[in-house]
Amino acid sequence: MDGDVELDVDGRSRTLRVDSRTTLLDALREGLGVTSVKKGCDHGQCGSCTVLLGGRRVVTCLTFAIAHDGATVTTAEGLGAGGRPHPVQEAFVERDAFQCGFCTPGQVCSAVGMLAEARDGRPSAVTDDLTGPVELSDDEVRERMSGNLCRCGAYGNIVDAIQDVAR
Amino acid sequence: MTDLLRPHVLGASPARVEGAAKVTGTALYAGDQRVTDPAYLHLVQAEVARGRVTSVDAEAALALDGVLAVLTPDNAPRLASTDDAELAVLQSHDVDFRGQVVAAVVARTPEIARQAGALVDVRIDEAPHDVHLGADRDDLYAPEEVNAGAETDTSQGDVDAAMAEAPFTVDHTYTTAWYNNNPMEPHTTTALWSDGDLVLHDSTQGVHPTRDTAAEVLGLDPERVRVVSPHVGGGFGSKGTAHVNVIITALAAKAVPGTPVKLALTRQQMFSLVGYRTPTIQRVRLGCDEGGWLRAVAVDVVEQTSRIKEYAEQTAVPSRMMYAAPHRSTTHRLAALDVPVPSWMRAPGECPGMFALESAVDELAIACGVDPVEFRVRNEPEVEPESGKPFSSRNLVACLREGARRFGWDDRDPAPRSRRESDWLVGTGVASSTYPVNKMPGSAATVRRTVDGRFRVEIGAADIGTGTWTSLAQVAADALGVEFADVELRIGDTDLPKATVAGGSSGITSWGSTVVAAAREFRAKFGDDPDEGDELTATMPEDDASDEYAKHAFGAQFAEVRVHVDTGEVRVSRLLGVFAVGRVVNPRLARSQLVGGMTMGLSMALHERSVLDERFGHVVNHDFAEYHIAANADVPRVEALWIDEHDPHVNPMGTKGIGEIGIVGTAAAIANAAHHATGVRVRDLPLTLDHFLS
Repeated sequence: MDGDVELDVDGRSRTLRVDSRTTLLDALREGLGVTSVKKGCDHGQCGSCTVLLGGRRVVTCLTFAIAHDGATVTTAEGLGAGGRPHPVQEAFVERDAFQCGFCTPGQVCSAVGMLAEARDGRPSAVTDDLTGPVELSDDEVRERMSGNLCRCGAYGNIVDAIQDVAR
Repeated sequence: MTDLLRPHVLGASPARVEGAAKVTGTALYAGDQRVTDPAYLHLVQAEVARGRVTSVDAEAALALDGVLAVLTPDNAPRLASTDDAELAVLQSHDVDFRGQVVAAVVARTPEIARQAGALVDVRIDEAPHDVHLGADRDDLYAPEEVNAGAETDTSQGDVDAAMAEAPFTVDHTYTTAWYNNNPMEPHTTTALWSDGDLVLHDSTQGVHPTRDTAAEVLGLDPERVRVVSPHVGGGFGSKGTAHVNVIITALAAKAVPGTPVKLALTRQQMFSLVGYRTPTIQRVRLGCDEGGWLRAVAVDVVEQTSRIKEYAEQTAVPSRMMYAAPHRSTTHRLAALDVPVPSWMRAPGECPGMFALESAVDELAIACGVDPVEFRVRNEPEVEPESGKPFSSRNLVACLREGARRFGWDDRDPAPRSRRESDWLVGTGVASSTYPVNKMPGSAATVRRTVDGRFRVEIGAADIGTGTWTSLAQVAADALGVEFADVELRIGDTDLPKATVAGGSSGITSWGSTVVAAAREFRAKFGDDPDEGDELTATMPEDDASDEYAKHAFGAQFAEVRVHVDTGEVRVSRLLGVFAVGRVVNPRLARSQLVGGMTMGLSMALHERSVLDERFGHVVNHDFAEYHIAANADVPRVEALWIDEHDPHVNPMGTKGIGEIGIVGTAAAIANAAHHATGVRVRDLPLTLDHFLS
């Protein structure tokens, strides 16, 4: 069964017809040609397909496109503003926080979402004080970024890049 | 002696030139390439480990709206060569391992292709299978040679007699698990035929090797096949040779003329179709005298290959050159099983081999009461032990000393269980690393002066995350005597001059030597002020002194490990690696590669193991939820640094290759540290908590 959805993707309004089984990931990649979103596992286990959906990070392989009519999607390609990359992206380049780069769009979307979550005071599994403001220690960053796998092993540089922006 | 480049741009740390494209997601990987109205391929896999396909009923699949073709063993086009059984897809009705491709569906959308795949009715007459690897099998055999062309067995002196006489000995069996490479980017191929020419967008570690393989199997002139692969989402060996995805996609595209066909393997399919590291069983015998000087080093390896295609991991090879000892031997024996075809995974041979050897060395050092760092220093050979060749450079001792100093090794109480912090037992361990300097012949490069006064350098090299886009341009800049910004590098396309595979840590050595040759010839011919359009192509020079020296990189890794007293949970809290890898082209990128290798070594030590269900012949934990790779929270501060090493014998850059050495020895350092923490010696990876619960 097919249906039409309208999505705001990186500031552009896009309409497409999707199979009801089409994931948001496949709709973006194969339907709209938005290939900044990567498919690493298709099972929500690696984080490569992370985008900001209505400002919150989600893995797009675990949600159907048909359920997101009218949604606002920000991918790594749309994170920047005014012709400049997002500060997280600049920090990733400077810190060499990637090698092959395949998980990287998901990592940067996740990092931007995570920084907002921390600013909002949302605790993680390693937060001691569940009610106070979150202090982003390296352990906090590691914990909060553990949904995004990186086989090249750039984790240390990812933490450093995120801390460059957080501080 | 090689005429070494004078470093100017070499040794500087420009950020990755493709960095902006990668962080915004606009770098185009194989599955991202724009093609018009593609069709999608989905593979149907055998659900038994051995048998014969008796029928494939595709009627229900073909009846589905949007299905364009179903390929089966009955109707698939014949291949020109079936010599490589791994690539002879749908060419016979035999099923040789569980997960083998037995049908393939081409459809208008990925959803329809997948649904149709489930509707293809494959009947298989099942035969008994055998997937059990054991050192006690009576059908183990000696391959003619092992990977990288190394000898299967070697022997010097009399190991048995030396072991009998030695006051201190170790005789233990160590095992490493079945590991899957698992690059983040699944193996992806897009194929398009046009007037008999084939274009492949493929995620590969070598466009020309993939082209040559595809051309041979498909029966095409290589000139009629173009492979494009500017960015590759990791490979770690699994994209070093063409796998079945390349061939089946080309065949499928033939079935739908004019339509490009896309295939991205699923993560689950990658556990049976793109190679993996064989599990190993290694008996290590070491004997030393009272002072800790080795008298005997013997390593006997048992590992698996597939019944249809031999792959022999060179696991005992590093033990042939690490330490001095008058009596030594190595053997490799294979069990040919009904399993998927094993292949390269980061540092094949050295990685599993050095887990066993460096664990055994730790055991023997402890047994004879010599500090593990000092034990290794003491057994430093003057020349390469088996060959008798001088080393082009060997700075293992410097790495051990510098690492020990930075790690604070001297403050260590050697007694196991001597340090406890709250509920955690804390220990430290050391292990050596090594990797050969490999150089592969056959590359060519073109240098051209362009309109804008820059220099275009073309070579079909690969960047699989290694940094080639940046580091090879640095090599070119110094070879031409120009600034980094004056070089425009082009790689990743068979339309460019031929290049060898990104494998064996040979990339910069091989491609760099080629680029340097082309640049020098260009300058010799056109001088300091070439005209626009001046162009020259050169091939990699023959190595004049390749056999005179033993060429290896070395390193020393130090680990701090914490084991929880109640739960047995194992955490690595610190890793330090000091390496001697020749000249470093780009410190920023080199550090990432070394740290990345060490991180994969940590992952091997603590997490990774493909679990084979012998009843059915498949890896049951075939996804990232069950096959654990290290996540961010698993990885502590990992430090990698290197000593200044000047080696005039390796290549014009003075480099040794850094892609693989980082993973070599890490798991042993961690296991040795876990022993120091707990007194429990784990000889079977991974170091899961059950080992520590008594």
